[in-house]
Amino acid sequence: MIDVKNLTKRFGSKVAVDDLSFTVEKGEVLGFLGPNGAGKSTTMRMVTGFFPATAGNIEICGISMIDHPEEAKRKIGYLPESAPLYNDMTVSGFLSWSAEMRGLRGAARKEALAQVIETCFLDKVAKQSIDTLSKGYRHRTCLAQALIHDPEVLILDEPTDGLDPNQKMEIRKLIKKLGETKTVLFSTHILEEVEAACSRAVIVDRGAIVADGTPDELVKQGGGSLYELFHKVTSTETATAA
Amino acid sequence: MKSLFSIYKRELTAFFTQPTAYAIIVIYLFLSMGITFTFGSFFRIGDANLEYSHFFWNPWLFMLLAPAVAMGLWSDEQRTGTIELLGTLPTSTWAAIFGKYLAAATVCLVAIACTFPLWITVNLLGEPDNLTIFSGYLGSFLVCCTFLAVTMLVSAFTRDQVVCLIVSVAICVFMVMSGFDPVIIELAKALPESVTESLVAFGVWDHFRSLMRGAFRLQDFIWFATTIIASLMGTSAILSARRS
Repeated sequence: MIDVKNLTKRFGSKVAVDDLSFTVEKGEVLGFLGPNGAGKSTTMRMVTGFFPATAGNIEICGISMIDHPEEAKRKIGYLPESAPLYNDMTVSGFLSWSAEMRGLRGAARKEALAQVIETCFLDKVAKQSIDTLSKGYRHRTCLAQALIHDPEVLILDEPTDGLDPNQKMEIRKLIKKLGETKTVLFSTHILEEVEAACSRAVIVDRGAIVADGTPDELVKQGGGSLYELFHKVTSTETATAA
Repeated sequence: MKSLFSIYKRELTAFFTQPTAYAIIVIYLFLSMGITFTFGSFFRIGDANLEYSHFFWNPWLFMLLAPAVAMGLWSDEQRTGTIELLGTLPTSTWAAIFGKYLAAATVCLVAIACTFPLWITVNLLGEPDNLTIFSGYLGSFLVCCTFLAVTMLVSAFTRDQVVCLIVSVAICVFMVMSGFDPVIIELAKALPESVTESLVAFGVWDHFRSLMRGAFRLQDFIWFATTIIASLMGTSAILSARRS
């Protein structure tokens, strides 16, 4: 469903993503782990078609993001890192516009809107202006726009960042549930999330994959601790290098 | 095409749900009407075609107001990060550029159209050449569209709306001044003829003046179209380059 081959991204002389390859199958939730500045967001921005890749290929449900970006983008629902939203709109107005941009019209749009409002628990704030929302609701609204067209592939960039423990748990449960029917790729630097929501995880460091496996396999590789493995395979200066 | 219309609708709604469009329209009407009846000497010179009493002043107002309309078009998207949402939706950069540009142009068109009582008034008071007045309106709108396109190009460079406003106003002031006769006469004394001619070619006056007087010249339409399209293409190039 997501097939990434030899993906490379350079910003000038700096290599942000270095010859990265991975696949995510349908019904799989792949956790994209790594320290800050490891290249997680850059990879996701390339997979979603926001950044052009310097080299390599990305296929979404068999459609090349490089050759047919508009078609490939139709298959994806994307939650960017900071959950950006148009503050001048209401929640339902924004979601309705997102549906329209995804090609949903008339009754299909209304139905999709009602569905995501229910899934993301937004009924209380549906008529509210986005600039008055709390961080949790902003995240859920942005997640709702990613789900509105019932995409086959879901890409979530640090979906629980900045949320309180209850909200984090809600989002993890939702990701796990969505992963049963969709292809989910989500990034995080919170190790607990791997065991809570992923069926497989990769650890990325300096733009390259340094570990790959199911959460249990990764724990074994780390001698019983995911923290140990993470500490062993990632470099501490990555954050400063970014 | 459908997504272009959706983006256009969203942008236009944003202009009118915020005070932006109302502020621009009211300030434009207040200033343009004020100038027409004071500095424009509407009654004293009996200018039924509105050439010097009204249209003459439009580039001076638009060089300040058009950047205020378009300054947020891309800089705000970049500041809030919504450009990432827009860039991952199944639409092209061109649809987004045109949708936003047309929304800003619509706001300016509404502002210009709101001066219609003036057109009715001159028809009641005198016998104007209505084609000349239409031409004056068209010229004003094209000048405004040119300034909007230039501002849009600048807004692609920066996430700071204030920087965008200052730079865009500076460019628009330059485009107005560089073709304005009193300025050109002074510059001609100090600069070689070729430089002065280049400045006149860059300025809006040469092209606006003929439309203001009711003369439809192909070269003017080509100049406006070229400047607008070049600015929009520049916007697309800058937006792409910023992601590479």
